[in-house]
Parts: sequence; structure tokens; C-alpha cells
Amino acid sequence: MKTLIDNHHTTIVNAGLPGEINRRDLLKGASLSLAVIGGGSMLAACADKTATVASGKPLAPGHFLRIGADSVVTVISPNTEIGQGAYTGLATLVAEELDADWSQVVVEAAPADVKIFGNPAFGGALQGTGGSTTISAFWDPMRKAGATARAMLVTAAAKEWGVPAGEITISKGVLAHAGKSKSGKFGDFVAAAAALPVPASVKVKDPKDFVLIGKETPRLDARDKSSGKAIFTQDIKLPDMLVAAVIYPPRFGATVKSFDATAARQLPNVANVLQFKTGLREGVAVLAKDFYSAKKARDAVKVEWDESKAFMMSSDAIFAEYKALATKEGAEARKDGDAAKAMTDATHHVEAAYQFPFLAHASMEPMNCVLQIKPDGCEIWNGEQFHTGDQNVVAGILGLKPEQVKINMLYAGGSFGRRGNAWGDYLADTAAIAKADGGGKPVKLVWSREDDMRAGFYRPAYYHTLKAGTDKDGKITSWQQHIVGQSIMAGTFLDNGGAVDSSSVEGVANMPYEIPNLKVELHTTKLGIPIQWWRSVGSTHTAYAVECFLDEVARATKQDPVELRRGLLAKHPRHLAVLNLAAEKSGWGSPLPAGTARGVALHECFGTVVAEVVEVSKKGNNYKVDKVTCAVDCGIAVNPNVIAMQIESGVAYGLAAAISGAVTLKDGVVQQSNFHDYQVLRMNQMPKVEVHLVPSTNKPSGVGEPGTPPIAPAVANALAVLSGKTVHNLPFSTAGLTFV
Amino acid sequence: MLTLDVNGKQLTTDAAADTPLLWVLRDSLNLTGTKFGCGMAQCGACTVHIDGQATRSCVLPVSAAVGKKIATIENVAAEAVGKAVQEAWVAESVPQCGYCQSGQIMSATALLQQNSKPTDADIDAAMTGNICRCGTYARIRAAIHRAAGSLA
Repeated sequence: MKTLIDNHHTTIVNAGLPGEINRRDLLKGASLSLAVIGGGSMLAACADKTATVASGKPLAPGHFLRIGADSVVTVISPNTEIGQGAYTGLATLVAEELDADWSQVVVEAAPADVKIFGNPAFGGALQGTGGSTTISAFWDPMRKAGATARAMLVTAAAKEWGVPAGEITISKGVLAHAGKSKSGKFGDFVAAAAALPVPASVKVKDPKDFVLIGKETPRLDARDKSSGKAIFTQDIKLPDMLVAAVIYPPRFGATVKSFDATAARQLPNVANVLQFKTGLREGVAVLAKDFYSAKKARDAVKVEWDESKAFMMSSDAIFAEYKALATKEGAEARKDGDAAKAMTDATHHVEAAYQFPFLAHASMEPMNCVLQIKPDGCEIWNGEQFHTGDQNVVAGILGLKPEQVKINMLYAGGSFGRRGNAWGDYLADTAAIAKADGGGKPVKLVWSREDDMRAGFYRPAYYHTLKAGTDKDGKITSWQQHIVGQSIMAGTFLDNGGAVDSSSVEGVANMPYEIPNLKVELHTTKLGIPIQWWRSVGSTHTAYAVECFLDEVARATKQDPVELRRGLLAKHPRHLAVLNLAAEKSGWGSPLPAGTARGVALHECFGTVVAEVVEVSKKGNNYKVDKVTCAVDCGIAVNPNVIAMQIESGVAYGLAAAISGAVTLKDGVVQQSNFHDYQVLRMNQMPKVEVHLVPSTNKPSGVGEPGTPPIAPAVANALAVLSGKTVHNLPFSTAGLTFV
Repeated sequence: MLTLDVNGKQLTTDAAADTPLLWVLRDSLNLTGTKFGCGMAQCGACTVHIDGQATRSCVLPVSAAVGKKIATIENVAAEAVGKAVQEAWVAESVPQCGYCQSGQIMSATALLQQNSKPTDADIDAAMTGNICRCGTYARIRAAIHRAAGSLA
């Protein structure tokens, strides 16, 4: 578990693609006013220190930090902490340039204000967390903020001590002048520094001078999250608050015909039973004093649904349509050379098709939200991931201006993309329920696990067909691929409006392997099933199809899988270096015990290249993933330990889906409901994970998502060595394979 | 009115007798460290100790907990084993999103209270009922071994 680099999770735009952002939609009615920093934040990410409230004016140049007279450095995070280490990573950038001591640093959640806190990776047009962008996007702004405050502290100390600023040093939060034997803490100079003009430009450190970046500074949230003190949305309790339990339609697109709440209203602690409707869906909500009262009453409500416009298809029928579509001409996502002619001319031919089910995010904290309508707007408490979009959605429902929607960003109990919903689905529901209730009391929407599993917004189902042709030596001369599935970006602010949805083809259309004749076609389907980005987005399926197929070609032409890839990566030294590091560290090619096999996969997403080599063994009738050796190039490593955590996490998340993840539909009804029938990875199935970083001087790139894509194909490739067959239809459980 | 022995204190609740202990702890007694994850004893986020046994509070009617000693994450550090587990969690950088970790720590503490030197197989057996979607399992395993070592 040892490593080196930066952090991060979640989802949205592929940093490797030109992420066209629709500013017009984002800014439609969006706030241009300034928020008061500090006023909107309620949590510090450290239990033993509280955010600065010391007397006197703090030093707060810009909007990303505040230093108090007590020397506490409060870093203001525009982005959410969903487990990926965003708070720790951003604070590291500020503390590095300030030369602060790590023990004096706390993090505070920024209020929602896109003008100030817009994510630079989204052109500043959206405040939100996604696409594994937090560290790369704020790499410059956070360091500049730290360097600015440092310069002001130094100037103030120089004046007071009567020495040249250049002779002052700072180490671990202590300013010093060696010649005059002077020293002082940040707090000693805060008042004087705050009165100085903010310098127009400052120099950030040369990477060789980094003290904290590249070190394994402890996570700021570890202690609160090991003691039950960390506050999540689920934990918010406000005076007079009502808890809402909801009934959603059994099928997507069904509407409420009528409901009978006579029995429910008689139950204790029930305040209201009401119908609600948003642009996405409608349902019935029960409002009660506490969750269990609301749940009991909810179970007593009878709803009659109008299913005349509901989605009624089954998974099998969907895939039958997809298979038919894959034989037709699709939209061209990539075309190099003449793949058809090269296929005809080829000596060896290989064909395969891969099928991917819908997947649920299934974060540990089911979706929830607290919202209160107030005379001058509304206030939200939420594990907030898409501030700007959610402000617009809620403002639209409540007839407010977006800037009247105040958001308190809390820790989120996982997300993996889910809390960054382009339509703000569960926030919209909460707003609609609070509006329908009309009482002005805070409303807390609490989803059951079943609600979370069945309310939609899945990783879409996909179907891929591939054909390859090789020359007599097994060199791939032609590659033809069809991809069929829904567009994740369609209708979102990332919809490019073209025939090819970049998220459906990322990882294929931009794959690094040098193949002279290559054609990739896309068939975008439209189904009435709500879909969404899921940790690593398109790479969740494209990496599997490409990396498994390469191994199928290798087996058909009797080549070593690593050697075959090396032969296709001559012009991509970064990918080659990652592959070689994984091969070296895993002992690729060295003997293994009988019944054990290795598998490899390589993939780039969000600017980061990851290779994973797995060892899989057969234990009786079961399989076990014993070990995963990961090689990662994610640029400069801000915190190697947090990076290792994210890669380990990506491996576990991807492995869970590969082994048993599937949301299936029967006549439009989702068949899964909870963790007994949507199985996820458990302790006994977790492999040993080693993370090795490629040393780099490049700007950091994402690490929250890139660990996920290679694991499924790497395991599938090892399984194919053991069984002779590649699993073409995910998850592995579909093929009767079980894992311990 | 029901009286419960929670973390050594006698606390009363007006919750209905069939209310799962989880919701009494969270909604009635404001002990929110114990988390809701599934409601059917599948994920372990709601794990508390009942007379020293790791128990899923989401399916235990509060009436069944009357007269028993209930311990929650809020008080786990009051005893040496719980304190060692909590410190090991920090030292091994276990938590990511952190939502499941109260339950993980309660399961791990119960394991170490009954088995001071658990093997990997013991850990699998004791911890497989606790789901972590961030996949912190390898670090949880390391932290349990670390805590066992620190208590030896």
C-alpha cells in the first residue's frame, strides 16, 4: 500500500476530451452576486481545532483561505469531500505555499457561489466536483492563495522587525529572521498583514522545494470519521424538522392516478401525506416527526399508478435490440485508414461481443437532503456535489433566484457520481415536497436502500461488438468496433449536441494503441431509464471491451498479452512506462502455482494512466483475486497515501461490479432492491493491492476514477487463462463464476 | 416510555416498542454516529454492541434492547480495546467517505474483545457483514492487526 501522488474520486467530464460546457444553460439566471465567505460554512474538518473565530480581522486575501489571530489556517474548499480526499489535498496545496504546519490547518466547506468557486475544469461555469478534477483544477488557484498570504505575512514581519523581506524564512508555521534572532507565529502578524494591499502577483514554489506535497500527510477527516463525529446529511436535525419517506412509481415514467392515505394519516407522528411532482418524476411523500414513523405510514399508503406512459421493457429485450443495432452502420466515432479493406486482407481474424448491464452506484449513505423554505429564499443541507446545477433546479421549483438557494455542503457517504446528478433529482424532490407541504418547516428527505436502488440513474447498459484482423505474425492491422447504448451526457450541461456522445466512446475513440486501420461506430439509444455517470463513466465498459479483446487476439495468435500491448505502444512512452512498471512489479512472466493465473489491463482516463496486473486463483469451485499490482502515472503526487487509497478504492469498486453488479429489469420493474440481491464486494473478497507511482514532474491529474476501469478486464483476462474462455457477458456471476 | 442503558447512561424514549433500535438512537436520543445503510442487516453500518455482542441495530426492535447494555460508537474509546481500534483506524488511514466506519469499528472492537489475536480468517468471519463501498477492507484488516498488536 505504499506509493507517491495526488488524490480523488467521482465523475463527469473526461479531462482528455474537449469538455464543451454550455455556459448559457449553467448561467441561466445564475448568481453573479458575491457571497460572504465563512457565513455559509458550518463544518471544519478537524475535531480538535475549530474554525477561526479569534478576535480581530483575519488575513483573508482571495476566497480560499483565512488565517486568524490564533494562527489557525482555514482552507475553504469549493469541492465536496466524498471520501476521495479533496479536503486534505486542497489543504495540502495551500499549506505548502504558506509553509504552514499541518497541525494548524483546518478545512471549511465553501458556500455555493459559482462566480467565486466555479470549478476551473468546467470553465468556471459550474461549482461542482467531478471528472476527478479537484486537485488538477485547483492546483494553481490554491497554491496561489497560499503564496499570497505567505507574502503578506512576510511583508508584515519585515516591517515590524525592520529587516528585508527576503531574509525572512517560514518553516512549519513559524516566521524567523536568523540575523536578528526574531521569530513569530502567523497570528502575530495577521492584523498587520490584513491591512496590506494584496500583491498582484506572487511566485509559487519550485517543486524541488516542496515540503508537504509528495509526503503522506494524514487525512484531516480521519479522526472525525473514526469516532462517529463526522456529520453527514443523514445526521442533520433541525427544530421542527419533518422527515419525508417517499413512494416512487414501480416503473419509470408512471404517474400518480390517485392515492389513499386514510390509514396512514391516523398513525402517530404523521404530519402530512402529499403528492409531489418534478420535471423528472412524481410520487407520494409522507412527512412525519421521525423516519420510522414516516416509513410505517408510507407502507400504509395505497397508490394507484397510471402506467400508460411507463417504461415496460425487460433487460433481455433491450439487449436483443442492441444486438440488432450493432449490425447496422453507426455514427463514426473514429476512422483511421480503411478498416474494411484491411480486414479482408488480414491473415487471422478474431471476433467478440461484450454485454454490460445497468449498474447502481449504491453508496453507503442512501440519497437524502434537508431543505427549508424561508421568507427570503431557501437553505439546503446536503452532501453537495453540483452546487450550481442544484441551485438552478431548486430555484426553478421554488420560484427563486439561484443565489437565494443557500447550500451547506456536508460530508457525503460516498457518491461515485450519484450525488452529482445533472438534474439534481433528489434535491428537486425535496424542494417539491417542501413546497407542497407549505409549512416552512425543514424537510429531510430520507431514502431507504430500496429507494436508492430503484429510483434510477444507473450506469447505462452497453453492447459492444469487435472484429480484429492481423497479419501472419499477429500484428493487428484492422480493428472494427460498434458500441450501442444510451448517452450519459444527453440533455446534461455536457451534451455536445453531436451524433457522437464522447462519454460513450471515451477509452476507445482515443485509445493509445497504434492500429493503422481502425473504425469505431456508435449507436446511441433512447430508453426511458434514468442514467448517470458512474465512477469512470465511459471507461467502465470501453476499457473492458478493448482490454479483453486485446487478450483474445493475443490468445488467438499465441502472443504474450504484455508483449502484444508493448508492440502497439511504441509512440506512447507514458503508457508504455506504466505498463512496464506494472509488469515489473508484478513479476509478469515468472512462474505461478498451478491453478493461479495473471491478467493485465491498461487504461487512461481523466489524464491518468493506470495498469493493473492481477493474480487470480481457483479455490475449489470458486475464484479468488489474490493480488492486484497497480502502476499509476498521475503527474506530481500531492499525497501518495491518498492516491494509494483512491486506487485501492477504484479496484474494489470495479471488482464489485465485475463480480456481481447488475441492475436488471423485468417488464420495466427493477429486480434488485438491497444488498442481498445487489451484491457488492465484502472483506473476504478484497485482494491485496499494491500501488506504484511513476515519478513525474507533470501537473497532477485525477486519481478518484482511473483505478476502476482496468480491474474488470485484468481479472477477466486471468480467468480466461484459467478457463480458456473470456467472460463476454458481465457480471462474472452471469457465467456462473463465484468469488471468495 | 422505555428506559435504555446506552453507553452506561439510563436514557428514556417515547418511541414505539417495534421501532428499530437504530432509529431510537438516531432520531430520539440524537446519537447519530450509528448509521443507516440498508435496514435489513445486510451492510453493518448500524452495528452497536448489545451486552458486548456486535448487533445490527436496524432490525432489532427497541423493546428487545431494554435491560441490556447498549454501546455505540460515541463511547467506544472509553474502553482500551475501542480506543486502540480507533487509533489504529487513524494510523492506517482507513476512512474515505467514512459513512460505514462506525459500524466497522464496532464490529472490529467486538472481535478484539473476544479474540485478542485474530487471524485473517477470523477477521473475514467477523467483518464480512460490514460493507464498505469505498473498499477500505485491506486497511481495515491492517488496522485490526495493528490494534491487536498495540493491546498485546
